[in-house]
Amino acid sequence: MIQLTDVSKSFVLHNQGGAVIPVIAGASLTVAAGECVALVGNSGAGKSTLMRMIWGNYLCGSGSIRVGGVDVSGAEPREVLHMRREVLGYVSQFLRVVPRVPTLDVVAEPALAGGVPRDKALDRARGLLARLNVPERLWGLSPTTFSGGEQQRVNIARGFVHDLPAMLLDEPTASLDATNRAVVLDLILEAKARGAAIVGIFHDAAGRAAVCDREIDVSGFAPPARA
Amino acid sequence: MTPLLQAKGVTKRYGARLGCGDVSFDLYPGEVMGIVGESGSGKSTLLSCLAGHLVPDAGKVIYDTRAQGPRDVLALPEPERRMLGRTDWAFVHQNPRDGLRMGVSAGANVGERLMAVGARHYGQIREQAVDWLGRVEIAPDRIDDRPRAFSGGMQQRLQIARNLVTGPRLVFMDEPTGGLDVSVQARLLDLLRGLVREMGLSAIVVTHDLAVVRLLADRLMVMKDGAVVETGLTDQVLDDPQHGYTQLLVSSVLQV
Repeated sequence: MIQLTDVSKSFVLHNQGGAVIPVIAGASLTVAAGECVALVGNSGAGKSTLMRMIWGNYLCGSGSIRVGGVDVSGAEPREVLHMRREVLGYVSQFLRVVPRVPTLDVVAEPALAGGVPRDKALDRARGLLARLNVPERLWGLSPTTFSGGEQQRVNIARGFVHDLPAMLLDEPTASLDATNRAVVLDLILEAKARGAAIVGIFHDAAGRAAVCDREIDVSGFAPPARA
Repeated sequence: MTPLLQAKGVTKRYGARLGCGDVSFDLYPGEVMGIVGESGSGKSTLLSCLAGHLVPDAGKVIYDTRAQGPRDVLALPEPERRMLGRTDWAFVHQNPRDGLRMGVSAGANVGERLMAVGARHYGQIREQAVDWLGRVEIAPDRIDDRPRAFSGGMQQRLQIARNLVTGPRLVFMDEPTGGLDVSVQARLLDLLRGLVREMGLSAIVVTHDLAVVRLLADRLMVMKDGAVVETGLTDQVLDDPQHGYTQLLVSSVLQV
């Protein structure tokens, strides 16, 4: 489902003396349907970078990244957008929304974009918000003023509202209490059970052990130190 | 899929100075493209060339017309091009005064565009005007007021209603949120985004505001000194800019 072959990436900082910072070299990994793979490694090892390259908001330096039928490296913007609507979901660490849009609509949006009818998408969104213990009186408000934990749960609901064949999870259990953490882990297990291929970053080791089939140490993809 | 609009090597010079140079891209139906760059980078010149307000010195602008398929807009006879501007295309100016008729009522501003495409039934025109004022969140009891009596944000929303009432397929926007305070901007953005989604519009949005393009645009074109220096998916260009100028632009945004 998700396949990376010999992927590398470096950042060039043109305004800081053209400094070149290599971050990843020769990364290869495969995630099959129904499998959950955790990216591990120290802070700065390139976990998030690798994930963003799969999502397509970081360019792939060389190598190929295939998600479903799409080659993300070298795809046209509309092909990447299509992939995000139909194939790949992403639960990021931060919620970015248009001001004024009610929480319920924020959550239902990916389902609507994927072609789910409005009532069904809203039902699904309500179900997830209730399950994640977001109080019903908040559903009609914009999440911009919510607490960190509430925003995170809105973000998770948004990520799980539409059943996509592949998912990226960036610290889905961070800043959650024990009850909600358990709900999120259940959601991940359910997604796996229906056959989703998942790549995740989990700092929460127990959570990682509960849902992940394997771990990939990203520091193995560190570029060789320059002489 | 046929692109809705294709630009091929569009170039405009002002005497010896370059307005915009050799700009090419394909815009597909339903896509929203942002053009960003500092003042003087040529983004408004390019938009005017695309919309047929300026004649480029070189290049082609090909539009997929409903009746005859892809046609070179610049080679269309004037009446056909004007018809296109009244039906399939819309242009939202930065300054609402450029896009509105300030001396006639809000309802007439919306109705005028309908009449230009042949609507004649007064009751229906008024009904549609009320409907559109509602969609852009202008109270129906303001329909007989002149735009002069409106706030800047309301004028901008009225301009949008006037432009979208004929159900265009392509909207050109020049700094649609420029000159509005932030709370009004947010409201307008939310509105624009909803309308673009609902109506399946394609749009080209010129702005210097990166937050605006992040929310509105699917893809981005970055211009500097009349040339396109970088293009790509909006979040890719903003999160992982490749060109030195884009990196400067992105890192110069003040954090709130």
